[in-house]
Amino acid sequence: MVEVNKEEKEIILKFTLQGLDFETAGEASGKIKRVLQQLGVGSDVIRRIAISAYEGEMNVIIHAVRGVMQAVISPVCTSITLDDEGPGIGDIELAMREGYSTAPDYVREMGFGAGMGLPNMMRCTDKFEIQSKLGVGTKIRMIIFH
Amino acid sequence: MNEYFHSVRLIADRCKGCVICAKRCPMEAIRIRGGKAQITESRCIDCGECIRRCPNHAKTVVTDDLKNLADYRFNIALPAPTLYAQFGITTRIDEILFGLTQLGFDKVFEVARGAEIVSLAIKDYLKRPGIKRPVISSACPAVVRLIQIKFPELIDYLVPIDAPVEVAARVMRAKASREQNLNPEDIGIWFITPCPAKMTSVKQPLGSEKSNITGAIGISRIYGELFKLLQGGLTADTRRHSSWIGVNWAVAGGESSAVGMENMNRLVVHGIHSVSDVLEQIALGRLNGIDYVETLACAGGCIGGPLTVQNRFVAEYNLQQRARKMQQEDIAIGRKPLQEYKESELGVNERRAIEPRPIMRLDEDICKAMYKVEVMEKMLQQLPGLDCGSCGSPTCKALAEDIAQGVASETDCVFKLRERVRDLAQEMKALAEKMPPSLDKDSS
Ligand code: SF4
Ligand code: SF4
Repeated sequence: MVEVNKEEKEIILKFTLQGLDFETAGEASGKIKRVLQQLGVGSDVIRRIAISAYEGEMNVIIHAVRGVMQAVISPVCTSITLDDEGPGIGDIELAMREGYSTAPDYVREMGFGAGMGLPNMMRCTDKFEIQSKLGVGTKIRMIIFH
Repeated sequence: MNEYFHSVRLIADRCKGCVICAKRCPMEAIRIRGGKAQITESRCIDCGECIRRCPNHAKTVVTDDLKNLADYRFNIALPAPTLYAQFGITTRIDEILFGLTQLGFDKVFEVARGAEIVSLAIKDYLKRPGIKRPVISSACPAVVRLIQIKFPELIDYLVPIDAPVEVAARVMRAKASREQNLNPEDIGIWFITPCPAKMTSVKQPLGSEKSNITGAIGISRIYGELFKLLQGGLTADTRRHSSWIGVNWAVAGGESSAVGMENMNRLVVHGIHSVSDVLEQIALGRLNGIDYVETLACAGGCIGGPLTVQNRFVAEYNLQQRARKMQQEDIAIGRKPLQEYKESELGVNERRAIEPRPIMRLDEDICKAMYKVEVMEKMLQQLPGLDCGSCGSPTCKALAEDIAQGVASETDCVFKLRERVRDLAQEMKALAEKMPPSLDKDSS
């Protein structure tokens, strides 16, 4: 789950996420946050990384069948990639709009899926890329400089 | 001050080296070494959770004593409203205040009065445009320290106003030196405290250079004598000044109702572990609709403080009754709670920023820290994950961290040690079965 790339001086954290597994929701991003604190990264930066990782993790749990989240932490930046198998997003532009959500009612009742996930991720990151194929899945790549 | 002062200490000969305190400490600040608990000072937030949990009463708090009053020409007691909750409603507040003067204090000033001032100031603060929400209460120093260490990103959300006791001390030092014609340094101002966290704040002020408080005396320290005095019945001549609004601060929820948050989006969170969980949620931006979060390290609020005497539910009941009666009395005679305060009472000029304390980091050098994270993670995968604490670290994760830091070794884990012993035994057996060729009849 954790590797250190000696040449490049980076830490790689990898998590497999299961759709609708709300019991473990937040664990992966919590772990990323802890490692960043152990590395002594600035608290505002940690906050932005933690929020984008959390939103990314929740997106997979709410919408996808399964997915993988990977965080690569180097002394200069953290990049997070999310790669899921799921329904995909038909209209990315629409999905990026605040408050737009396709989360089912029972998920919203739990207080998740308010349609803030993607806009939050974009707001918190320095680079944000998203690709999606309907019926296949979604890939997100985010970079935050330290 | 570089050295970090904290008031929770260990009485070594009472400590049996069990891991109960270590497992409950929210900061993972305790290790068992040489059969005794050891507190890592930089991590300790003086929440007192370990005092509460220790079955052997091996944890104590350094507080001041009535003896220290002799060092000052004029002494003022600042009783926390929690003190009133230690007594039933038949003991009147003015009797309690008078009792304190009988213990050797020249004057008494209610912290509850300071709480009224602070409530008004927070009310004004909440009206300011552009402040970060949810606003997090800063009255409990253990919570402020938790934020400094674990959630430094939330420092800007804290109410930037001194705690009630600090305000009370400031008001009284100025007043007494004027009225008694004394140097401010000749006045001893003593907080009658429910907790070690406040004791620490006297030595290690949060948000200001120097505290106006001289020292703190634990409620449990003077309770016995005060109780005896009050049994005798006192003809009190010390009138109470605070209204129910300030007195209620002793109970969780009292602060936010004093601030007038009852009908707004507020949360009251008490108990250090719950506070930590909620702060985590705030840090993730998940409590965005909330205006105010009242956070208290002790379950039930200050009435649950580790230096209180009364059971916390009894104390809560006492206080509830008391506040209700005060309210009725005051309304009957037309006495109103405090309506205004002066900026100078808040000591705005003395305030300085609350600094983050990033002690979670494994190394100053990020590359070395990365290496330590790697060691730690590798270690963690090999440890059994039982979190038994037998190694002296509270969890397997904490042991892995200690190993990465070079202050513990893998064989501190009894399971790892046993594995090693088993492997060694097998090697020895294999060796024992090997005969030198000259004697080995089965070969050739
Ligand atoms: S006072 Fe609190 S933080 Fe300090 S050692 Fe005890 S439990 Fe841990
Ligand atoms: S809740 Fe009150 S008694 Fe408990 S630590 Fe905080 S200030 Fe002290």
